[in-house]
Amino acid sequence: MPRLIDLATTIRSKNAGVDQITFDILFPDEDSYQRVRDSGVITAEVIASLYRIPLDVVTHFSYVDSARAIKFTLKRSRPSGSPGERDVFGSQQYPPLFDIEIPFL
Amino acid sequence: MQRITLLSPTGHLGFTPIEAESFYRGVEREPDVLVADSGSCDIGPYPLGADQQHSPVEWQRHDLELMLVASRHLGVPMIIGSAADTGTNRGVDLYVSLIQEIARKHALPPFRLAAIYAQVDREDLLFRMRRVRVRGLAGRPDLTPDVVERTEHIVAMMGVEPILKALDMGADVIVCGRSCDDAIFAALPIRRGFPKGLAFYAGKILECASLCAEPFMAKETVLGTITHDAVEFEPMHPAQRCTPSSVASHSLYEREDAFGHALPGGYLDLRDCVYEQVDERRTRVRGARWIDSAEYTVKLEGAGRVGERAVAFAALRDPMAIARLDDVVGWVRQKIEERYGPSGEETYELFVHVYGRNGVLGEREPTPISCHEVGIVIEAVAPSREQAIEIAALAQRNVFFARFPGARGTAGVAAIPFDEVLPARTGYIWTINHLLPLEDPLELFPIRVIEVGTPVGERRR
Repeated sequence: MPRLIDLATTIRSKNAGVDQITFDILFPDEDSYQRVRDSGVITAEVIASLYRIPLDVVTHFSYVDSARAIKFTLKRSRPSGSPGERDVFGSQQYPPLFDIEIPFL
Repeated sequence: MQRITLLSPTGHLGFTPIEAESFYRGVEREPDVLVADSGSCDIGPYPLGADQQHSPVEWQRHDLELMLVASRHLGVPMIIGSAADTGTNRGVDLYVSLIQEIARKHALPPFRLAAIYAQVDREDLLFRMRRVRVRGLAGRPDLTPDVVERTEHIVAMMGVEPILKALDMGADVIVCGRSCDDAIFAALPIRRGFPKGLAFYAGKILECASLCAEPFMAKETVLGTITHDAVEFEPMHPAQRCTPSSVASHSLYEREDAFGHALPGGYLDLRDCVYEQVDERRTRVRGARWIDSAEYTVKLEGAGRVGERAVAFAALRDPMAIARLDDVVGWVRQKIEERYGPSGEETYELFVHVYGRNGVLGEREPTPISCHEVGIVIEAVAPSREQAIEIAALAQRNVFFARFPGARGTAGVAAIPFDEVLPARTGYIWTINHLLPLEDPLELFPIRVIEVGTPVGERRR
């Protein structure tokens, strides 16, 4: 079964302010975008379970047709750059998304 | 005026130097204004907390020189946002002095410089908090006086209004303290009567310069042209293209919500945006709308000191130790507690980052450990630097002496690449990420006007 990394051309994470990290998943064409969207395998619940966080840590989740994108935002467990914090730009939070399997419809 | 062209050479002035070739290609197109943002809360709380540089002054001087000389030759305004990384008063004054030096060096004809300050005094904020509620962003509770008391420096993010005021005062060059990056681009188009929705949308897309184009390149110049009903984007690096996909994807960049962004005084609604490829390298966008908000609010940022920090490193190669990582870390914590008591905000904090297991994602890591070696970064935070160094050293040495069942190595179970502790910068935390309501969009942002450059008469002497 193909994985998300096989279908999306951009999978990134980055700070959205000091308390949140936002994720953008972008597709090269309508077909791949619609295939992932319509498969229903990427939802706020799936993201929460993948990252082992309560659902209310996912503060935004949407499919953005005009950008052929999936976007979601997570609250950080502590503000960016605090002592003990691990990723000041929030730029390495996306790799667990690569392996999400996308079924054929 | 039917159209206005904005030039954006960098997403963070001075962070790494601007690429000159695409910049001058953009300047040849005779834009109506040169705009660059120079700050971000991305860089963590230290620069604001300590009111220190994040980027070298030399790189900031390089970028300012490129832009100032071009702006004066073209005779068009130059607007710089969030001076010197954080937009404190120190940053604004630094940029004012750099601009004065550059003007002297190039014997630039006289021009009017406006400096707009954005630092917020603690007492002033405490006084305001008696009258208004200061709401927390991203689920934070409302701001309380004790949080303000333990905040070192506070800045407010200005909207377009102070910049419009500076333009009204005849400013040719504007240096803003902390400012909303969309607003520094939107100000001149709004002043010339272009729709607010398009002006802010142009700002949102141009604020990181070439990041709105493909393939990925940073610090290359991009032009944005606003007409009465659309905004067009064109990269100045010949190998880059602005496509509907690259522009739409940048509209999502670094923002919480896909369909709109809250800004001082209103909301930029992106739901009706339509993207159209004009030619191979240009994309046109229609449909961005501005919605006024009932209340005018500005974002406040503040950072407070947590303690002094020290860092040490140790690595494990022994598979028995890697299999017993929790025991190793537990032993380290136990030995620290025996000597320094329980950790806490008032005493000390010890962070043990285990690279190879979950050093990046922490408790959010879903993948089980699968490697033959791990790196352990120890970070100690304590009231004094000496205490932080002592705790980090004891933690590192107890990785070396860790006890766990099944150990075979009896002469130390860790590799220590450098048997030393590195003193680190003071630890700060973002204490304030809140919205402050204002009665007047100008009230927190005083403007200072400075006449710069050599008058013609004096130059002859």
